[in-house]
Amino acid sequence: MAAETEAASPEVANLPIVVEFSGGLEMLFSDQRRHALSIPVTTSEGKPATVASLIDYLCRNTMKDTRKELFVLDDHLRPGILVLINDADWELEGEEAYEIQSGDNILFVSTLHGG
Amino acid sequence: MEPASSRAKKLRLQIAEAESELRELRLQLSQVEQRQEEAPPDQPSQSSPVTSVPPDIEPPWAWPLKQQEYERYARQLILPNVSVDGQLRLKSAAVLVVGAGGLGCPAAAYLAGAGVGVLGLVDGDIVEVSNLHRQIAHSHTKIGMNKVDSLAEYCMDLNPHTTCVQHATHLTPENAADIVSKYDVVLDCTDHPTSRYLISDACVLLQKPLVSASALRTDGQLIVLNNPPAPRGSQGGGPCYRCVFPKPPPPDGVLSCGEGGILGPVVGVMGVLQALEAIKLVAAGPPPHMSLTLDALKSGIIDYVLFCGVRSPVQLLAPDERITATAYNSMIAEKPGFAHVLLDVRDREHYTVASIPGAVNVPFSMFQRTDMGGQDGTRADWLPESLPPDAPIYVVCRVGNDSQLVARRLKEMRPGLGHRFIGDIQGGMKAWKHEVDKAIPFI
Repeated sequence: MAAETEAASPEVANLPIVVEFSGGLEMLFSDQRRHALSIPVTTSEGKPATVASLIDYLCRNTMKDTRKELFVLDDHLRPGILVLINDADWELEGEEAYEIQSGDNILFVSTLHGG
Repeated sequence: MEPASSRAKKLRLQIAEAESELRELRLQLSQVEQRQEEAPPDQPSQSSPVTSVPPDIEPPWAWPLKQQEYERYARQLILPNVSVDGQLRLKSAAVLVVGAGGLGCPAAAYLAGAGVGVLGLVDGDIVEVSNLHRQIAHSHTKIGMNKVDSLAEYCMDLNPHTTCVQHATHLTPENAADIVSKYDVVLDCTDHPTSRYLISDACVLLQKPLVSASALRTDGQLIVLNNPPAPRGSQGGGPCYRCVFPKPPPPDGVLSCGEGGILGPVVGVMGVLQALEAIKLVAAGPPPHMSLTLDALKSGIIDYVLFCGVRSPVQLLAPDERITATAYNSMIAEKPGFAHVLLDVRDREHYTVASIPGAVNVPFSMFQRTDMGGQDGTRADWLPESLPPDAPIYVVCRVGNDSQLVARRLKEMRPGLGHRFIGDIQGGMKAWKHEVDKAIPFI
């Protein structure tokens, strides 16, 4: 029984969220725009999952491309990428410090320049 | 027989010469037409090829737009968001399109079509064959031509009322202020962050609204910046490109259409949307200016009643369709048992608080229904069967507005009500309390 409970607990402590990429960023994530993910509720340091930890999580687990620098620069999101948390600009939600809630939709949009 | 290659070369040269001549002729024609149209209204236009009426017979044209313009813009100026005022604003507007490529071509074409008075075009490139799948104003025969000349030709051919100004150069920090300052609205149709920051900065410094778009592969982005424009540092203006993107992207991360690829309709849609935003901006005119400061508040120039609007009393019925509370009361007192209906159209809650003796309650909302009855010659169910066909109907409400609306509605459905007096009690229950029965609660 104890073993079962232990095996089940990471399942319980996960947040179901949807992460979307557009403006070419999907290229780094196996050309898939919409990812339904289940991320750990707390980081390895035991803190609540934030957008910052999500970005780290995406680089480690979801990204299928070696060009990490197109997404993250100096440990922060690369300039020119807009983030919408449930359709609102992340600046309204505390940017990287926003604590992710179950069911959140987080959209990363890379700025385009072509014309 | 001369070799095919040299024959082809000769033909190409001939075609180029003929086309250049044609362009020159078209330009002359449009200038001549322009001058004709600009003739004062008391010298009627002679440009109409259909009539040969002597000029002195045609009455002067006294309308704000030219006759041809009414025909040309008819479909858009009947829209309430445009109207003649918006069309005149478009006509007197100067719009700058920076970039004559995939965004600039459709944007400029729709702006010319909509009747923008002056259309400035900026681009230092020449037409290449790889442009043609998306840069729809250019064509195979224009390969090698300046993009701005090609686009100007297309626009003036589409609408000779629009004057195109070609700036056959790239926008640079040196020339940006000179060029941008001549226009009212700017469209960023370029393809690189360097030009995007430059255009935005010029627009902030010169206080011009900016419609910026971009496209790559199958994605497009659109943003209206610096709208409303405001002096630098003031809190009133809309955000600029630097506000949204304070740091430029790393150069390696920037893909051009040449590298990333682009679908024609994708960039086309974005250019069309830019034209739409610019048309909306221009046609709407300047936003109403009101700076909200404590001084403005104290001075009393902010009229909150005017701002929110007021409900004015209903005046639907003529004086002879109305009766005062006093007159109704004395009529009932003089003729007890007088056959009539007093309809109280307040909500049931009001009616049960207090009502005039004998009043029948049929709430106002009942008369807004499509199935209110009494319309197809059938009897309304609140009308007693025993009532004589000429017995009058009096309508009463709280203060005398709804009663007029109901009385008017009842008159419209006369067939079901027969020929009788239909009117209301002026001032409603409020007047009844004031004039007749001071001891009645009024809420």
